[in-house]
Amino acid sequence: MIKMAEDVKDEQKMQSAEPSAAENDSAGPQDMSAKIQGTVGRPFVDDAKIKMRGVNVFYGEKQAVFAVDLDIKENEVISMIGPSGCGKSTFLRCINRMNDTIDICRVEGSIQLDGMDIYESKLDVVPLRARVGMVFQKPNPFPKSIYDNVAYGPKIHGLVSRKSDLDEVVESSLRRAGLWDEVKDRLDSPGTGLSGGQQQRLCIARTIAVSPEVILMDEPCSALDPIATAKIEELIAELSENFTIAIVTHSMQQAARVSHRTAYFHLGNLVEVNETDKVFTNPDHDLTEAYITGRFG
Amino acid sequence: MTKAVSTQAELVERSLKKRYRAEKRFKIAGIISISVGIAALFALFIEIFGNGIGGFSQTKIKLDIVLDSEELEIYDVNNEEEVSNGYYEGVIRLALRKKFPEVKSRGDRRKLYSMISDGASYRLRDLVMADTSLIGQTKTFWFLADDDFDTYFKTLLDGDPYTARVDEKQRAWVDQLIEEGNIEKGFNTAFFTSGDSSEPELAGILGAVIGSLLTLAITLALSFPIGVAAAIYLNEYAPKNRLTELIEVNIRNLAAVPSIIFGLLGLAIFINLFGMPRSVPTVGGLVLTLMTLPTIIMSSRAALEAVPPSIREAALGLGASKMQTILHHVLPLALPGMLTGAIIGMAQALGETAPLLMIGMVAFIVDVPSWFTDSATVLPVQIFLWSDSPERAFVEKTSAAIMVLLLFLIFMNTMAVLLRKKLERRW
Repeated sequence: MIKMAEDVKDEQKMQSAEPSAAENDSAGPQDMSAKIQGTVGRPFVDDAKIKMRGVNVFYGEKQAVFAVDLDIKENEVISMIGPSGCGKSTFLRCINRMNDTIDICRVEGSIQLDGMDIYESKLDVVPLRARVGMVFQKPNPFPKSIYDNVAYGPKIHGLVSRKSDLDEVVESSLRRAGLWDEVKDRLDSPGTGLSGGQQQRLCIARTIAVSPEVILMDEPCSALDPIATAKIEELIAELSENFTIAIVTHSMQQAARVSHRTAYFHLGNLVEVNETDKVFTNPDHDLTEAYITGRFG
Repeated sequence: MTKAVSTQAELVERSLKKRYRAEKRFKIAGIISISVGIAALFALFIEIFGNGIGGFSQTKIKLDIVLDSEELEIYDVNNEEEVSNGYYEGVIRLALRKKFPEVKSRGDRRKLYSMISDGASYRLRDLVMADTSLIGQTKTFWFLADDDFDTYFKTLLDGDPYTARVDEKQRAWVDQLIEEGNIEKGFNTAFFTSGDSSEPELAGILGAVIGSLLTLAITLALSFPIGVAAAIYLNEYAPKNRLTELIEVNIRNLAAVPSIIFGLLGLAIFINLFGMPRSVPTVGGLVLTLMTLPTIIMSSRAALEAVPPSIREAALGLGASKMQTILHHVLPLALPGMLTGAIIGMAQALGETAPLLMIGMVAFIVDVPSWFTDSATVLPVQIFLWSDSPERAFVEKTSAAIMVLLLFLIFMNTMAVLLRKKLERRW
């Protein structure tokens, strides 16, 4: 009897403890949310390719992304900007479940790709990542030949059966990535021997060789010089004809140049989503304006 | 007032001297400690080399042997048993008596006979059995000298004769042999071609080397796949929780467990519980596997962790499954590190004595093992056994065996370094 009473008391204590802890945790963001109050602008579109609702991301106890609602249209380029640590990369990595590789990372909410919930427990991430490719911040070609780098994806997914078909896929992918002319004579040399910009284009070629529908780019130019950056930006514009592209960038000029819509993140909140022109000329939110005019970031 | 206030530059200047002095002291301390280490190493090498170099040479005595069938008591050369049982010792003794006709008394003759190794008659028998046409001929052979004479002769050549085990008469015989040119120092082939023996001049390391190789083969065949598989599972698949943490801590602890404990474990489990035979390479290999596993697991995990996460992300981002990511990308990059760890683990196992003592690999085994289930000993245990022997001639054998062991270890460690250099990829 006494023990039971104690149990009940413990339970009550726990219940009463939880909300207060939650309050403490969210104290910081709530400060901001007094100003943020949900997302302004046009986060939603008709017939969205990717539909995200109430996405929360936690690293252990710490919440990194707060209740983000966002739609991404087919064949659009959407850029995500915001100060360092605002959760934009974390959010991007939810779209092909790359966050699964981080043990302590937990994602809540729903993300739908063509109406299919990608966080459904039974879903296999392998075909998902074949549909949603990713280009990373640092060029990360495999320490194999240029040819093998591009051929790897089609090979493991069984997209081609004959060697000649594979050659074709490799060539067309390298052509679309604007790298063919530079490397066609040395397809057997290691991909790691290329320059930084070439490596990043090789990584893009590797990604499009799988023919994904969506390409996620996580600051693809942050490690590159301006000329290499310009080439990648040109490439993004060309690729948008066939692919849906979500790009995280630190460079506002880059966002302005390549994207149709721009999403501004602040401390894990999606503050504003609007046409890129509007965001950079006449933003709806004070925080966005403060950021693009360089008052912080 | 102006005197008291030094400029910033002056203050820096003053502190600079002190800083440089401290740096110099630190450097000197480092150089001293390295010098001490190198000096100790050289002292060790010189000591072992000085002692062991004699082990590679052996005194031989030339005798003209009359292979008389009467003396040999062989009347039918086609009768194998008769040839095998021939009185070979007799003809050798006869040859010695002929060479030193002045030796008459029984005691002196026994001393005379002891000049030639006990193995000589066996060698003669093997030769005759291989070619029976030798019977009836007179042939010249170089026979191994007995260990006491061997030691005396070799030390005599070095100018500091060791006379404790040879008396004046025997020394006179040796002098006579030297004069006639019938005694000389040659390369000790027996050391590399025979197993252990109670006669130092017949004892060799071949049995121990083969035993070591068989044992290491078992160790490598078991510990590398198991260690790599465990490392891959722990690093790539295992959830991070209390249990895996406990396993990890235990692996680290196991690496620090004294090796003799593994010997006790092997004795209790493999021999007593499973009833495996004693002193065989299989059990030795199993015990050494237990001992090297922690080393291999830890080095393999370190190698896996050293693979840049960007490579994993690249593969996973392309839609490679976990298995494909590991097999196609992570493992090839981690393999050099894993192999290096394995070779270092093997080198450790090669030098291990204590656990093998527990499972009976310390027995006196004359035959060279030819399979994993033959009784065998290993090099370090052989060294241990010889160092325990009272015969003076075993002193140089011990050091010579140590030299061979060191050679193996240096070879393996060099391999590890070369392998790492060759396979190391930059990204």
